[in-house]
Amino acid sequence: MGNINSTSKDFKLNSKVPEGPIESKWTNHKFSLKLVNPANKRRYDIIVVGTGLAGASAAATLAELGYNVKSFSFHDSPRRAHSIAAQGGINASKNYPNDGDSTFRLFYDTVKGGDFRSREANVYRLAEVSGNIIDQCVAQGVPFAREYGGLLDNRSFGGAQVSRTFYARGQTGQQLLLGAYSALSRQIHLGKVQMFNRREMLDLITIDGAARGIVVRNLLTGAIERYSGHAVILATGGYSNVFFLSTNAMNSNATAVWRAHKRGAFFANPCYTQIHPTCLPLHGDNQSKLTLMSEGIRNDGRVWVPKKKGDNRPPNQIPEDERDYYLERKYPSFGNLAPRDISSRSAKEVCDEGRGVNGGEAVYLDCFDAIKRLGKKAIEEKYGNLFDMYQTITGENPYEVPMKIYPAPHYTMGGLWVDYNLMSTIPGLFVLGEANFSDHGANRLGASALMQGLADGYFVIPYTIGDYLASHKFTSISTEHDEFKKSEEEIKEFVKKLLSIKGKSTVDEIHKKLGRLMWNKVGMARNEKGLKEVIGEIKTLREEFWKDVNVVGKAEDLNQTLERAGRVADYLELGELMATDALNRNESCGGHFREEYQTDEGEAKRDDENYRYVAAWEFENVGKWNLHKEQLEFEFLHLAQRSYK
Amino acid sequence: MDEKKLNIKLKIWRQSGPNTVGSFVDYNVSISPDASFLEMLDELNNSLEKNNQDPIVFESDCREGICGTCGMVINGEPHGPLRKIATCQLHMRNFKDGQTIWVEPFRAKAFPVIKDLAVDRSAFDKIIQVGGYISVNTGGVPDANSIPISKEIASEAFDSAACIGCGACVAACKNGSAMLFVSAKVTQFALLPQGQPERQKRVEAMVAKMDEFGFGSCSNTYACEAECPKGISVVNIAKLNHEYRLAKIKSKNVEV
Repeated sequence: MGNINSTSKDFKLNSKVPEGPIESKWTNHKFSLKLVNPANKRRYDIIVVGTGLAGASAAATLAELGYNVKSFSFHDSPRRAHSIAAQGGINASKNYPNDGDSTFRLFYDTVKGGDFRSREANVYRLAEVSGNIIDQCVAQGVPFAREYGGLLDNRSFGGAQVSRTFYARGQTGQQLLLGAYSALSRQIHLGKVQMFNRREMLDLITIDGAARGIVVRNLLTGAIERYSGHAVILATGGYSNVFFLSTNAMNSNATAVWRAHKRGAFFANPCYTQIHPTCLPLHGDNQSKLTLMSEGIRNDGRVWVPKKKGDNRPPNQIPEDERDYYLERKYPSFGNLAPRDISSRSAKEVCDEGRGVNGGEAVYLDCFDAIKRLGKKAIEEKYGNLFDMYQTITGENPYEVPMKIYPAPHYTMGGLWVDYNLMSTIPGLFVLGEANFSDHGANRLGASALMQGLADGYFVIPYTIGDYLASHKFTSISTEHDEFKKSEEEIKEFVKKLLSIKGKSTVDEIHKKLGRLMWNKVGMARNEKGLKEVIGEIKTLREEFWKDVNVVGKAEDLNQTLERAGRVADYLELGELMATDALNRNESCGGHFREEYQTDEGEAKRDDENYRYVAAWEFENVGKWNLHKEQLEFEFLHLAQRSYK
Repeated sequence: MDEKKLNIKLKIWRQSGPNTVGSFVDYNVSISPDASFLEMLDELNNSLEKNNQDPIVFESDCREGICGTCGMVINGEPHGPLRKIATCQLHMRNFKDGQTIWVEPFRAKAFPVIKDLAVDRSAFDKIIQVGGYISVNTGGVPDANSIPISKEIASEAFDSAACIGCGACVAACKNGSAMLFVSAKVTQFALLPQGQPERQKRVEAMVAKMDEFGFGSCSNTYACEAECPKGISVVNIAKLNHEYRLAKIKSKNVEV
């Protein structure tokens, strides 16, 4: 599967950012995009892989416009996509609270939050359409939190000093996804979307250099199936599960983007991973995933550790003046609402000093001050479900005992490279939501993932895909085309090989080993030595996998072990690219913290002169990539060292 | 944390396919009380794979009780002995050392078994597809604050909208009824101003589809509410009946 398309070492990345003032770029661009006339739209088949916020909103909207959409999900139902688990909220610059928000401020906060490693024009557009998303969701019947007067309520989130986060208790992702799912369901009923559940994309078909189809495995029967279209949209989420333990769902995986990468789509900034500061700490070896507590809780919660190392008293017996509220101390103006990368790193710092809970890897978070101030009922209303969840998992009551939290892999800012139209380096292959790299730079702010997923799906792709379709002549392509046949054979070979190794290690055992390597050396803090070592260790582990893995069961059956094996095979390649990218980037920015590059105060130290670029990696062969750079220009914002003090 | 392990006897339903006969198979595990129920099954599966045996098929995804993917009947109860949680949120500390645990798939006429503990719940999607939405296209909608909704109504609508579509209500019901699932969606939209234009059409279509799939009727045992991981109230069912009657009075469709 190592076929390289028309790209080469001197290939020039073109971001296609329109000219003009930032406020009018998107408006002007929409006008200059070619349109597909309504009667012609039904002649185009669009494949959408993934049914999370980005995928479901794109599929529904494109179908409403008249395109024929084929929508794919590996779940039993589109409603299960992992967007459903987002808790906290969704940002929009509505300025309803009259506290000084604007499109420009949301744009500014997002670029700054991303440590000046995102593309200005994309971020501005995101801020610009953010308000439309809220209007759309309300029209769909999403039950957002409201004030007594009947208007929408807002809360504040990390990295912002205004309240611009809309929320639906602690289940905002669920309600937004059900909104998009309902729009998708309506189009399925109308026959404009053909829904294919329980299908996992295993290859992208390119013909004459353009994306023309996908090959999937039917997870119920094991049959390999082929689907063709005029364009392919990937909205398949992020790759945090490379760490094995993350807050992602068990089945979230990188296979669709990775296989597309191997067909020629460049992978951008793979080392930008977000470690979320407020997760439940690890309990034991058999742990399957880490659970997140919404960062919304930092509005009313205070994070602390004992001042003294070795202070192992139960938390309630540690007096106020012997506690170190380290975020409030270090970042007085943002306090507990410092951005995620900074909060996570600070937690690691105090734990490395030996001041974590019982000297281990956990810090305290409690809402006792807020309970005193606002009453237990008010806190229960805001965070009741989070507290219940905490108690269910740990067996401790957070209304009485401070919670223990620790950072965990949560989101990946890196992803397939896309231009302003959200098109990858393969013509006709579009990438939306977490699967692309475009909007969050080196660190994503809380409540911005939902915003981006829906912005891409509802308000960007419906415009930009039309331009691609209208400006290309298409020959009709059958799934009997040689490229489809070849791909199917390759997949069958790949599956056969996995099943034939019959070694001693289970898929999970190897995945856990990889996760440990990644967490230790490509996690919250990285350094040159560790990265060089880990690249070798991943290569060795990859060889071990292909020699010693034991994948039980059959190819032509529901076989969950086989599903996981294919995904782990991809992680073993992707992990190496993440480390390679982290090693290449000799600076610290956002979620990428290189220990060699920090300020005297221990903050991330960027090197704008040499690293103000998007690193877009072209796949050449397993373990071998070519680096392409997209220089980032900051025309409208002043490059500054991020300060939340 | 307590490192003392629990010894558990498991009797797990194994069935190789939709049309084969299944049976209970015995397994013994020794597990940390801090592990979740599904992590216990992960560990068991890992050891089965080590011995070249087929692991037990069960579905799960978010493992935070929100995606609705997981679900099995544990000692006779959908999602196990605790209230208001999904299977993935159940922890082994809730079981005793030496205890025997029976594990079965959700059973209902409309939820055929796929393999072992996995069942086909696609009927739920099909019910939503005939009317579980507000028919608005993307774009051209009014400003969000132009539709004021009282805090109480928004909150009540949320309570209904919290359904995760897991199907425990159906599995808990002796009639295999989907009334709780359908009523939660109907109620959410009947409460909200946005849901008014299609209020009548929606309930008629969804109930008709539900009947078509062979879900049973409600006989008020409240087992569904008791087993619902999100605590969706049976009051929704009363509201569904009310909505359905109102719709029927006005209906132009001929009643059979």
